Amino acid sequence: MIELSNIRKAFNQGRSNEYWALHGIDLSIEAGKVTAFRGPSGSGKTTLLTIVGCLSRPTSGRVRFKGEDISALPERFLTDIRRQSFGFVFQQFNLIKGLSALENVILPAFPSGRPRAELVARADELFARLQLAHRAQAKVEWLSGGEQQRVAIARALINDPEVIIADEPTANLDTALSMEFMAILEGFTAAGKTVLLTSHDPLVVESSAVHRVVGMRDGRLIGD
Amino acid sequence: MPRPSTFALSLLGLLVCGLLGVLAESLLSTARHQARLDANRELVARLGLTDLALFTEARYTRHPSQADLHSALQDHPGAFDHFPSGSLLAPPAHLTRLHDETHEPVAGKTTSPD
Amino acid sequence: MSPWLEKQRHLIDFTLASLARRKTRNLGLLVVYTLLVFVLASLTLYSNALRSEAKYVLAGSPEVILQRMVAGRHDLIPPGYLEKIGRIRGVQKKEGRLWGYYYDPVLKANYTFMARPASEVADGSIMVGEALARERGLARNNTISFRSYSGKLFSFEVAAVLSPDSELLSADLVLLSEGDFRRFFEYPDGHYTDIALSVANPQEVRNVAAKLTATLPDSRPILREEVQRTYQSVFDWREGILLTVLAGAILAFAILAWEKASGLSAEEKREIGILKAIGWETGDVIRMKIWEGLLISLTAFLGGFLAAYVHVFHFGAAVFTPVLKGWSVLYPKFALVPAVDGLQVATLFFFTVFPYTAAILVPIWRAAITDPDAVMR
Repeated sequence: MIELSNIRKAFNQGRSNEYWALHGIDLSIEAGKVTAFRGPSGSGKTTLLTIVGCLSRPTSGRVRFKGEDISALPERFLTDIRRQSFGFVFQQFNLIKGLSALENVILPAFPSGRPRAELVARADELFARLQLAHRAQAKVEWLSGGEQQRVAIARALINDPEVIIADEPTANLDTALSMEFMAILEGFTAAGKTVLLTSHDPLVVESSAVHRVVGMRDGRLIGD
Repeated sequence: MPRPSTFALSLLGLLVCGLLGVLAESLLSTARHQARLDANRELVARLGLTDLALFTEARYTRHPSQADLHSALQDHPGAFDHFPSGSLLAPPAHLTRLHDETHEPVAGKTTSPD
Repeated sequence: MSPWLEKQRHLIDFTLASLARRKTRNLGLLVVYTLLVFVLASLTLYSNALRSEAKYVLAGSPEVILQRMVAGRHDLIPPGYLEKIGRIRGVQKKEGRLWGYYYDPVLKANYTFMARPASEVADGSIMVGEALARERGLARNNTISFRSYSGKLFSFEVAAVLSPDSELLSADLVLLSEGDFRRFFEYPDGHYTDIALSVANPQEVRNVAAKLTATLPDSRPILREEVQRTYQSVFDWREGILLTVLAGAILAFAILAWEKASGLSAEEKREIGILKAIGWETGDVIRMKIWEGLLISLTAFLGGFLAAYVHVFHFGAAVFTPVLKGWSVLYPKFALVPAVDGLQVATLFFFTVFPYTAAILVPIWRAAITDPDAVMR
C-alpha cells in the first residue's frame, strides 16, 4: 500500500546545523496491518511517519501511496490526501483547548464542507464506540489523559481514513489505559484499516495486535 | 445547541437591514425636509444672510456680511480655535461682568415672565 | 447548502468558538471598536449634514456685498455711494443694508439687529428668532425693552417669532423697522452698513467686483463664493480640531487592535500547526482568520454607523452638542436633513474594516505557511 524507496531527509539543509534524520529508507507497508516502528529517540521514526503521512516531503527518494507517487505533489493535493486518507494520533494529543470534545473531533472535516449534522452524527457514533458519549460536550482540558486520547482517536477517524498514524500513542498513558488503546487498535484492524505507529513501549511492540515491528537506529532500518 | 455562525450571520444580516433602512429613511426624509429647506433659502435671500447662527457669542462668528473678512480665521493659524465656544470652559467671571455694576440691567425687563 | 457555503459556516463556527474562549477580551475590543466607529461616523455625518444644509440654504445669499473700509476696518457707507455705483451691467438689484450687533447683558449674548422695510416690520414692533424668544421667554405681543448703546431705553412689541424651522439661520435675529434701527443705534441718516448686490449671471460676478473697486476705491467687494469658502474652511477647521483630538483615541485603538490582531501567541501558533496537521490547508487557516477580522470589523462598523446615524439625526447629536455649543448662549435647536454620503460611508468602511482585517492577516500568513509536521517535532 505504501512504498518508500531510498528516502532521505535532512533538516536545516545547507546550513551549519545541517542534520540528516533519515539515510535512505526502503520499506513497503502492507494494507490492513499494524506496523510498529521501534527505536530510541532520535532514530528517525517520527520523521519517517511525517513523511508517510504527507506532513512533510522527503529531501530525496520516493513515496508511493496506492501506487501513486506523492512525494512531488504540491501542498494542496498533499493536504487533500492527508485529510482523506490519514488520521493522526499525536503523542501530546494536540487537542485545541477551550473547545468541546465534539468540536475537536469534527475539526478535520471542516475543509471538506460536509454538513454539520452529518459530522455530528458521525462524531456521536465514534464517541459511542469509544465509550465517550457522556463527555462529548465537555471542554477537552477537563478530560483525563485517557479520555483525551480517545478524543484524539475519534478526531483521527472522523474522515474515515484508510491509514491511522500514531506517534508514541501510549507514552502518556498508564498500563491499563495502554491496554485499552491496544484493544481499540485491534478494532481498527478488524475494520480493515492500516495502522502505523512508533513506540519503544514493550507493551505495544510485543502486543499481539501489532503485526510487524520495524527497528530503527540513526536514521536507518535495522531489520524486522 | 445553535451554531455560533447562525447567531453571528443573523446579527450581521440584521445590521445590514438596519443600514438599508437608514439609507431608505435618509432618502425619504430629504423629500420631507425639502419644504423647510426651500423656506430657509427664501429667508436667506430675503434677509441677505450669509451664515448659520451657530456661534453667536462673539460678533465675528456671526456676521451677515463678514464684517471683517477672514476675521473668522484671522487669529494665528496655530491658535487652537477661533471660536470662543471652542473651549469647553467659560471665560473667568471678571471678563463677562458688566463694567457698570451700579447700573441695573434694565434692558432685561420684559413684560413676559422670564 | 453547497459545500463551499457549508465550509465557510464551519470556518465561522470555529473562529467564533475560538473568540469565545477569551470572551471579555474580545467583547471589550468589539465595544471599543464600535465606539470608535460611532464617534467617527457621528462626526462625519454631522459635519456633512451641516455642510450640505448650509450649502443649499446659503445659495440664496447676495452675490456681492460691498463694504467701505477706513484704515483697514469696516466702516459705514456714506450717503451717495449707492448712486455713485450707478448702473453696472449684470447687476439686477442693489440695496443698502442696515444691520448691527447688540449685546444683551441679560443673556450675555450678542443679537443681530437687522432693519427691514416698513412693509415687513412696523415702527415699534420687532420680529425675533426662536432661540432668542425661547431664552428671553418671549411670545407674540409681548413687550421687551433694550437699553441702547447711548443709554436710552427702547420698548418694542414682538410682532412675530420667526419660524422654528429657520432657527439654524435666525436664532439671534431681531428684525426691526429702518426708523427704529436708526433711532436705536443713532445711525446717521443716509448711511448704511453695507450694500448688497445681486448678480444674475455667475460669470459676471468677478467683472462686477472689478468695476466696483474701480468706481469706489475705498470699498471692498466680498463675493458669495469667498464667504462660503471661508465658512467651508471654518467647518473644516472645526472638524479637523475634533479629529486631532480624536487622533489620540484612534492611535490608541490602532495599537490595541494591532497588538490583539498581530500578536500571535505561541498557543495560537501551535493551534495553526494542529489545524494544518489534521488536514487544513494554508488557505483554510487564512480564510478562517479573514472571517474573524470581517466579523469583528463589520459588526463594529455597521453597529457604530447605525448608532451614529440615530445619534445625529434622531437625538440631535447629543454627544457633540456640549463641544459645539461651548458656552454659546443662543444655541439654535435644529434637526438636520439625514444626508448619507455614499463616498463618506465607503471611506469610513475602508478605514475601519480594511486595516483591522489586514492586521489580522499579516502574522497569520507567516504562521500558516509553516510546515505541518512542526507539531510532531
